[in-house]
Amino acid sequence: MSIKKVTQHPSQNEALIFERSQAGRIGYRLPKLDVVETNIDELLPAELRRDDDLDGVPEVSEVDVVRHFTRISTWNYSIDLGMYPLGSCTMKYNSRLNEKVARIAGFANLHPLAPEEESQGALELIYELQQDLAEITGLPGVSLQPAAGAQGEMTGVMLIRAFLDRRDGDASKDRRVMLIPDSAHGTNPASAALAGFSVKTIRSTAEGLTDMEHLKQVCDEGGVAGLMLTNPNTVGIFETNIKEICATIHASGGLVYMDGANMNALVGIARPGDMGVDVIHLNLHKTFSTPHGGGGPGCGPCLCTSALEPFLPVPRVIKAETPVGSVFSESSSSQSHFRLDFDRPESIGRVKAFYGNFGMMIRALSYIYTHGADGLKEATEAAVLNARYLSHLLQDDFDKPYAADPMHEVVFSHKKQSRKGVHTLDIAKRLIDYGFHPMTIYFPLVVEGAMLIEPTESVGRQDLDAFVEAMKDIDKEAQENPQLVIDAPHSTRIGRLDEASAARKPVLRWKPDQEVSAITA
Amino acid sequence: MRYIPNSPEEREEMLAAIGLASAGELFRSIPQDLQLKRSLDITEALAEPEVIALMEKLAAKNTAAVKPSFLGAGVYSHFSPTIVDHLIQRSEFFTSYTPYQPEISQGTLQYIFEFQTLICQLTGMEVANASMYDGSTAMAEAYLMAQRVTRRDKIVVAETVHPEYREVAKTYTQHGDLKIETASFDEETGRISNLSALDDNTAALVVQSPNFFGCVEDLKALSEKAHAVGALLVVVVTEAISFGLLKSPGECGADIVVGEGQSFGIPMSFGGPHVGLFATREKFVRNMPGRLCGVAYDKNGNRGFVLTLSTREQHIRREKATSNICTNQGLIALAATIYMETMGKKGLQEVAMQNAQKAAYAAKKIASIEGFELPFSAPKFNEFVVRSSNLAEEVLAKLREKKGIIGGLALSRYYPDRPNEFLVCVTETMKKDQIDDLIQSLSVLG
Repeated sequence: MSIKKVTQHPSQNEALIFERSQAGRIGYRLPKLDVVETNIDELLPAELRRDDDLDGVPEVSEVDVVRHFTRISTWNYSIDLGMYPLGSCTMKYNSRLNEKVARIAGFANLHPLAPEEESQGALELIYELQQDLAEITGLPGVSLQPAAGAQGEMTGVMLIRAFLDRRDGDASKDRRVMLIPDSAHGTNPASAALAGFSVKTIRSTAEGLTDMEHLKQVCDEGGVAGLMLTNPNTVGIFETNIKEICATIHASGGLVYMDGANMNALVGIARPGDMGVDVIHLNLHKTFSTPHGGGGPGCGPCLCTSALEPFLPVPRVIKAETPVGSVFSESSSSQSHFRLDFDRPESIGRVKAFYGNFGMMIRALSYIYTHGADGLKEATEAAVLNARYLSHLLQDDFDKPYAADPMHEVVFSHKKQSRKGVHTLDIAKRLIDYGFHPMTIYFPLVVEGAMLIEPTESVGRQDLDAFVEAMKDIDKEAQENPQLVIDAPHSTRIGRLDEASAARKPVLRWKPDQEVSAITA
Repeated sequence: MRYIPNSPEEREEMLAAIGLASAGELFRSIPQDLQLKRSLDITEALAEPEVIALMEKLAAKNTAAVKPSFLGAGVYSHFSPTIVDHLIQRSEFFTSYTPYQPEISQGTLQYIFEFQTLICQLTGMEVANASMYDGSTAMAEAYLMAQRVTRRDKIVVAETVHPEYREVAKTYTQHGDLKIETASFDEETGRISNLSALDDNTAALVVQSPNFFGCVEDLKALSEKAHAVGALLVVVVTEAISFGLLKSPGECGADIVVGEGQSFGIPMSFGGPHVGLFATREKFVRNMPGRLCGVAYDKNGNRGFVLTLSTREQHIRREKATSNICTNQGLIALAATIYMETMGKKGLQEVAMQNAQKAAYAAKKIASIEGFELPFSAPKFNEFVVRSSNLAEEVLAKLREKKGIIGGLALSRYYPDRPNEFLVCVTETMKKDQIDDLIQSLSVLG
């Protein structure tokens, strides 16, 4: 099968903006300064002012900017183009409605330090989302402050640390071991380290579950502060022993943190709080569809039991018992009043300036309202069904390391193709030629040549079938004409990039005198 | 549910195809006693117009959003060219993931490379990363990086660094062995003054400029003092528009520059999402936190971009990583990039100049009102502290209730021992009439 290279077009060779810059071009216009001008030397002495004329900053027209970004945008794959089956990333549809409501002026133009009385809508929105997420997880303590999943994790393990320090006093220093399964996200150990924990790795069984014997053995060794567990785990399997796992950790005096990256398999079906989990983070940019935006912004709420609640970051957003009137207005409204509560002496402190990524909270609440309770459950069912369907249709052609039924994502290995010299990376690159974004590859580390596929609920049957067909075709190519797969992709603007050289001699910025413009195509 | 392509009938067929009788059977691996036997106690699904109406109702309660406001303190109201928000809403940008597959992510990678370059140009530094969550977490990461680089355990931070940033950094470092000491400021100038804590165990001197009180610090002198004891100088910038006018921290000798990029076309949005800036010297690049994008070539010599130097990062180094951060603030960094490029060299200079001029106009007039003075003498950019003969909270409440003006931030929120002072910010978005209104109102009510 040969695929023709796309035709040359200006959009294929869009230069860096610095290379397009032409002295004298202008892309903006501000209103004229309308106040009396002060001599600049009076305002700021010359030694405090720039004298480099912002050397290198581009000069381009508005049209140049629009074309530049429109052109380079076409080099990206995106959810709106099609299935984006990155395992553990939950690339579901990002609704335009959510974008629209997040841009309402009353939200977008609100300053975080505006008086509480004049920010009631924002505080109420935060409060409502807190309530809904608490209901979804079964965990009553909520902070929406963490900016992303990794920060939610850090917050979560810091809550555990604060709880233990409080409960055990000085003896807490003998309890600094955080248990993390070998299949965990890399952020888990990195976050545990920030809370002052050392990491012990818990093995997975051949069935893809936490090794209970190993867990008990490590707990018996003592010093266990807690466990960081993803559930469903990173191979897409529900940890059936979750209650026993939590009981084991609790019996040894530790707490259980659940990485909520995979909540899209559980919403409306089962709640971490009911399983014995003490603290969890959610990714609003996964389960609740706020856009990934090419790598952010995210929002990583942290939820916990009431025992851990006193330690949550400040400020908390609370509903006031009695309306708080302002100093000068005697009219107190009868509506509920929402407040920022800073008075939490046991709090771990702030993890981010202000109150978190509020814009993402608006989108997530809009998602929840649009779905309602039934729609949330329906989305979970559809997501798991899609993954199960793929699993079923691909398991004859690709090695499926775990027999258990997957939840919202399924992992395969490259074992059946690697005999022909075709590895996971090659299969991923070849999928691009078939018009799909590849799955997550080489994660989790416990599976050799892992291909982790998460279709989400946002994919229809025809697309799933087309994906299955593409995968089967690639398998056939791997068996019959492996070089075709190894040389993939054949259809993109650029081929595989030499990442090793890039890391050896890193060029991390444009400079006028530097040779980085070798466009030869 | 309109976001789910498969109809209920199609889902039935798919269930049948995999040998299941009902959707409930998909969850057999979850023990029965853990399955929720009821509906979630959450609203019924709302139709699109209902969601919009509800959100508009909530937004309307944010009365502060439509009032003339002189609030700054780390979040600023600036004009954003129309194309910024328009371009970031292209599907290819906002519905894509972190660029793990470079062949189909060159759009994202190229703008990150441009972002890194622009941040280097503005800060006067040699390398910048793909962005951090916000200014506060960027500063926390700078503490940790300074400790790694110098192998020293003390941070000396100016009391005039944004108080919320200092709180965040304290949270991040509370379980490590970093000791944090605070350097006080001069009551006359408003600049950092007491550097007695600086010693040969100091990893970094951390200062903000313009500082929380709006005063521009003498970074050159501070860098000499830090370097004299072998410490790094970390410069925090919360008002990125100031780069267009002020000497770059890099030129003044900074070793790490962190900041908040919200001013570059990003809505205030009640405090987030914004975008953290992080730049440093080339020799420290392997100690940096966060994602980095670099140039790479394919076998035909085509130039492209990839994420690089990832051996610093959590997915490879796990607990020994330089940071637990996974990704960057992608779409917000894109907005900032479009802003910087649209404004360009001239625009960034002009907007900075307008800010300085308008703030100076307001400051001069307010200082001449009886009962008000400007306590700090250092040069300022677009913010300044006003001292009233009355309680600042009361002055501001009166302005709000009687005149509908949000006059600034009472410093007592962060500095309880300064009850009579408030911080006023004047950006290019304030018209002369609005500034005159503030002045007039203060002279009547003050």
